[in-house]
Amino acid sequence: MIQIENLVKSFGPKRAVDGVTFNVERGEVLGFLGPNGAGKSTTMRMITGFIPPSEGKVAVGGYDVVESPLQVKRLIGYLPEAAPAYPDMTVHGFLAFAADMRGLTGEAKSRAIGRVVELCFLSSVLHQGIDTLSKGYKHRTCLAQALIHDPEVLVLDEPTDGLDPNQKHEVRNLIRDLGRSKAVVFSTHILEEVDAACTRAIIIDRGRIVANGTPAELRGMSALAGAVTVSGEGVKAEALASLGRVELVDGAYRVFPADKSAGGELAREVAALATREGWRLEALRTEEGQLDEVFRSITLPDTVKK
Amino acid sequence: MMSSWKTVRTIAHRELTSYFSSPVAYVFLVIFLLLTGFFTFTAGGFFERGEASLASFFAWHPWLYLVLVPAVGMRLWSEERRSGTLELLLTMPVTTWQAILGKFIASWAFLALALALTFPVVITVNVLGSPDNGVIATGYLGSLLLAGAYLAVTCMTSAMTRNQVVAFIISVLICLFLILCGYSPVTDLLTRWASPVVVDTVAAFSVMTHFNGFQKGVIDSRDLLFFFSVIGFALFATSVILRSHRAG
Repeated sequence: MIQIENLVKSFGPKRAVDGVTFNVERGEVLGFLGPNGAGKSTTMRMITGFIPPSEGKVAVGGYDVVESPLQVKRLIGYLPEAAPAYPDMTVHGFLAFAADMRGLTGEAKSRAIGRVVELCFLSSVLHQGIDTLSKGYKHRTCLAQALIHDPEVLVLDEPTDGLDPNQKHEVRNLIRDLGRSKAVVFSTHILEEVDAACTRAIIIDRGRIVANGTPAELRGMSALAGAVTVSGEGVKAEALASLGRVELVDGAYRVFPADKSAGGELAREVAALATREGWRLEALRTEEGQLDEVFRSITLPDTVKK
Repeated sequence: MMSSWKTVRTIAHRELTSYFSSPVAYVFLVIFLLLTGFFTFTAGGFFERGEASLASFFAWHPWLYLVLVPAVGMRLWSEERRSGTLELLLTMPVTTWQAILGKFIASWAFLALALALTFPVVITVNVLGSPDNGVIATGYLGSLLLAGAYLAVTCMTSAMTRNQVVAFIISVLICLFLILCGYSPVTDLLTRWASPVVVDTVAAFSVMTHFNGFQKGVIDSRDLLFFFSVIGFALFATSVILRSHRAG
């Protein structure tokens, strides 16, 4: 549904987005990760046609964003960063405006409003002015606006920003459900959301894609992935050293395999070793790798950047 | 074609509703009516003139609009930019032109409403004497076009900045220039230094020159062309400004 080819956006001498290429198909939820200022929002603004690309191509549903912006905009539901909404309108008025803009009328319009009000839990504030809403409600009002025409493509810029943990959970589930029938791109810097909602994730840093894969693949990139953590009475580092490099972490020994692809093999070897040596094991665990570690290792922190 | 007009209407409707959702619109209407009344009857000497015309009413409009029209139009784009709703609006299926037209039409309609509410002055002059109502009609037309020209200028300055006050001040300055370059005290002063051709050329850019025709009951196609050119140019400039902001 979304094809992005060698996308570049320069603001003066700065290249905010620098040669980004990826595709999103129907049925996919793509998580867009990256430190602040990495170019996530800029990329999304180019997909939705708000700002024109400096170079490269964006096509949504086969339509080029620059050549046929209206067709592209009809296909997309967009939640901009910070979830703007007209403060002088009521929630219902705002959603009715969004429905009008999407060409919905009469019965279809009231059904669409009813559907998004239910999806985004807005019924209690339906006739309240948007300026009186709490941040969470305001955010969901803007999300409801993005869903009103049941779009085939959803672009959500930090959809869970400013929500409380329960709301975050609901929105993640919503995104996952929507992703079964639509193409969804959402940006976040909360790594757990990648596991909770994404089928695929892209990590972007200083305008470039630095990683692209399923959450499991990304975790596999971690140095920790495949390591075995073992603790218990009598465990000796010297004996473990025959299996791989050993580190002492919080009172437990962590063995790093020489060959990561071996899977659960190392854990079995450690278990066998424990039986031979007569250790009384308390815990034995193969590490999956942690996304935040991968994230930190491939994106430079702000403080290092010039 | 139908659907693009419908989009313009939807935007205009939202804009107009937002005027009336706050007390500012009503305050504006009251101030406008009070000021037109004051200028017509007190400062304009409506009764002392002893003639059945609305000359003293319309004569003040260029000056009244100078402050009031920018006040109506200053929020059109700057507020959208400040609150981020511009991104929302322009990623809906609209063209920049539809958005500009929708907003312009809404605020022009609001000004037309304010102008229409001055109808008691027409009744007054008709009760007191027998004025030429044709001249009054063209006067109203000229006044509406003048408001439209100022409004288009304000639309342009509003797109320049996310600060409403800045938009207001810049548009007052531009509109003031549009008045003064054809205001007779200023043009008289200019003739001392510049050749009459230069003075006439500058004066041709003035709203005063083109506004006065309407007050005499004349609808001159050149005057119409002038006002519609100013509106067209300013709205075109608005679209260029909006596009350049997004291009970064």
